[in-house]
Amino acid sequence: MKYEVVMGLEIHIELATNTKIFCTCTTAFGGEVNTHCCPICTGMPGTLPVMNRKVVDFAIKAGLATNCTIANFSKMDRKNYFYPDLPKAYQVSQFDLPICEKGYIDIEVNGQTKRIGITRIHMEEDAGKLIHDEGGTGSLIDYNRCGVPLIEIVSEPDLRSAEEAKIYVEKIRSIMQYIGISDCKMQEGSLRADVNLSVRPMGQVAFGTRTEMKNLNSFKSILRAALHEEKRQIKEIENGNIIVQETRRWDDDLGKSFSMRSKEEAHDYRYFPAPDLVPIKVSDEEIISFKNSLPELPQARINRYINDYKLPEYDAKILTNSKDIADFFEEAIKYDVPPKKVSNYIMGNVRKLMNINNDEVPPFTGEQLAMVIKLVSKGTISSNMASKVIGFMYEDPKNPLLIVKEKNLGAMNDEGALIKIIDEVISQNQQSVDDYQQGKKKAIGFLVGQVMKQTKGKANPQTVNKMLVEKINNLK
Amino acid sequence: MTILKYHQMLINKEISALELTNLYYDHIEKNDEQIGAYITLCKEQAMNMANRAQEKINNQQATYLTGIPMAIKDNICTKDIKTTCGSKILENFIPPYNATVVEKLNSQEAIILGKVNLDEFAMGGSTENSYFHKTTNPYDNTKVPGGSSGGSAACVASDMAVYALGSDTGGSIRQPAAFCGIVGLKPTYGTISRNGLVAFASSLDQIGPLTKTVEDAGLVLNGIAGIDKFDSTSSNSGISDYTVNMKNDVKNKKLALPKNYLASGLAPDVKQSILQAIKVYEKMGVTVEEVDLQFTDYAIAAYYIISSAEASSNLARYDGVKYGYRSENFNNLLELYKNSRSEGFGEEVKRRIMLGTYVLSSGYYDAYYKKALQVRTLIKGEFDKLFETYDGIIGPTAPTTAYGIGEKTDDPLEMYLGDIYTVSVNIAGLPAISIPCGFDSQKLPIGLQLIGKAFDETTLLQLAYAYEQEVAK
Repeated sequence: MKYEVVMGLEIHIELATNTKIFCTCTTAFGGEVNTHCCPICTGMPGTLPVMNRKVVDFAIKAGLATNCTIANFSKMDRKNYFYPDLPKAYQVSQFDLPICEKGYIDIEVNGQTKRIGITRIHMEEDAGKLIHDEGGTGSLIDYNRCGVPLIEIVSEPDLRSAEEAKIYVEKIRSIMQYIGISDCKMQEGSLRADVNLSVRPMGQVAFGTRTEMKNLNSFKSILRAALHEEKRQIKEIENGNIIVQETRRWDDDLGKSFSMRSKEEAHDYRYFPAPDLVPIKVSDEEIISFKNSLPELPQARINRYINDYKLPEYDAKILTNSKDIADFFEEAIKYDVPPKKVSNYIMGNVRKLMNINNDEVPPFTGEQLAMVIKLVSKGTISSNMASKVIGFMYEDPKNPLLIVKEKNLGAMNDEGALIKIIDEVISQNQQSVDDYQQGKKKAIGFLVGQVMKQTKGKANPQTVNKMLVEKINNLK
Repeated sequence: MTILKYHQMLINKEISALELTNLYYDHIEKNDEQIGAYITLCKEQAMNMANRAQEKINNQQATYLTGIPMAIKDNICTKDIKTTCGSKILENFIPPYNATVVEKLNSQEAIILGKVNLDEFAMGGSTENSYFHKTTNPYDNTKVPGGSSGGSAACVASDMAVYALGSDTGGSIRQPAAFCGIVGLKPTYGTISRNGLVAFASSLDQIGPLTKTVEDAGLVLNGIAGIDKFDSTSSNSGISDYTVNMKNDVKNKKLALPKNYLASGLAPDVKQSILQAIKVYEKMGVTVEEVDLQFTDYAIAAYYIISSAEASSNLARYDGVKYGYRSENFNNLLELYKNSRSEGFGEEVKRRIMLGTYVLSSGYYDAYYKKALQVRTLIKGEFDKLFETYDGIIGPTAPTTAYGIGEKTDDPLEMYLGDIYTVSVNIAGLPAISIPCGFDSQKLPIGLQLIGKAFDETTLLQLAYAYEQEVAK
């Protein structure tokens, strides 16, 4: 039987406010343990939360950027459960009156546009972090992250494959980066996703029983976890078993998921309105002014790249996928280099290095990349050498000209030396010379390659080509 | 002796702040063994503060509260001074910060003599639920002082503090004030910052003064009220002096007397005193009219549901992980939680946590908590309507005078019914004051409760002051 997978995602995004949601502690990542906290975020008796209005502003922006309706009246609620990383033993979140509801975003799947519904976006506080003692003598708690503001974006069950889920998360991430409310650094945990997944026989209307996988914090793990869960559920069904509604934990190292708790064991969070916080009121005027102040979103940038920079749609989409990369691109083209050249380098060398190093941005600036491109166009280095320079620059982001000098990567412009090498290549490759002379013009390519090899790529291939042709023609 | 009188003596250099402080520590030494009002004394800090107060007095910068010895209920956080909430679970807890009210007192060089007893986490009406010791009523040491601010009331009534701060969630300032024959003011919700008041029921809790006179209550309110950036539920009333109209004539004011406030359950002596007080008001030209308040019958039920629900969440943080009592007896996280909380909390607190957890549980929420919130809205509406016509509501503070120690400890429901006249005030967020209005046949004090319009403490104090002065004549 053919099955269809149905997925909905809950994406938690740490907001890039300077201070926490209910106190003035910094939200900076890292820091010595328990130094970014105070009596309020550690839940000391008698302390009270006071809403950081910036958090509300950011949540409204997120809602507007995902076509949500913004609530004129919303409130905070307490979600009660015991865990050592939660010092008040409740998380302040939003239950029945979230700040944003009923939105959508459009994603591109196999060249088709697909609309994914956003059920709601709500605001809440993050918890601390348990550090399990290596010696096994106990657990320690770091409260630095306690009270860092989060929004949770809940999608409709509109996703139909792991790949779609990945594309959806990428798009959400890109939008949030564009509107500047989060850095969405997955390796720092500032974007985490819970995947709700069920399968059903193709054509069936009713949903199957779903499971939830918590806290997936990389695109790779979202993709892998979803694929694994899809297969697991289909296998269970085919073996005649039923799917148990439960929460599962994905172990990325083992590539497996494990049952955490069943529906029966699920927490009763005993939500009730947070009595220490006043309801959040947003006027229509405020909503309109936020709408007007939203920065350019990815789709607008794609159009601009195509129209203004004459980039192919493919390039435009890839460059704008991450705001950091799009910003990097725009910085580079400020230095009077052809946009398509910059795009080629980013999509080629730079992206490859970023993937290897698992980086979200290159360590050097757009200006530095522009300098490399200029060195090539001026003939200072060959295009082959350019990728080497970028490689060195990635390891140590120095001025590219300095790298060229230090590593002696400059183009071979000494004609005397070059003539010597060309003579040698011609004498060692008589067959190719003959082929060329007999009209097989392609043979020149092989000879150019040989010269480039001898010069360790430093010669300018065009110059070599020209000199070789002249030389062989003179041989006749 | 009152704040006002000591203030004048300090200004006139008839006594120094240090002498006054020592005088009160002498009283404490003499009386507190019998009364048991204090949990912690902070003599060293008090002496230092007395010196600073004297400087202010000498520089003519004294406010009414400067140099006046006072006590603070032990659920209000004092930096570097133990704040126990009358609980084993916070027996050794030393807050790293001051409550906003404490900051305000410190900035005026008020002398904090110590921290006073209460029912554990302010849950109770007799101060018998304190983990540490019982407090006795200064009028009769076999009787309770009321609660939960029993230590605050008892220490003021027995001259072990000129005034005290208490907290009132369902009557915890007014009822002990009534039992101990002093004045207790519960201001409008939001008038005084709750920052640093260890939460019992956040939507009902309010700090307030317990004093010898109505004027003193106004002076303390002036010193500690105001909007606070650390409490988003605090309000700016725009009033800088709550005593401004206090001495004005009350002629032509209108008071409402809810019929059911004098119905069955009210002790005859108390009823007599209240009727007497009404006559006093009428003599002063105040109109008193009987009214119907139909929803207050549901106030106790709504109060115990809402307050317990909030308490179950507010007290969840005492889990043995970060501060406070931790059981030595555990093998895993669940046992750490269970045993620390089972061993650390007293019976009444556990009863309310269970009640509150129950009413918030899925499947019961709508039937209890949501219903209670609806009742709350109805009660508020009913009061609002009354205040369109009346300047205040008059009635008893408590159905009885102080009862015997141990008399009601086995019957929590009976104890809860003692809150019948006070809880609806918290539910509606209104200000109310309890003032002495005579004694019963056992020579125990009786309290008269006046309820005012939200943020209109000025009129409330005016009405209370007029009665106080009239009966003193």
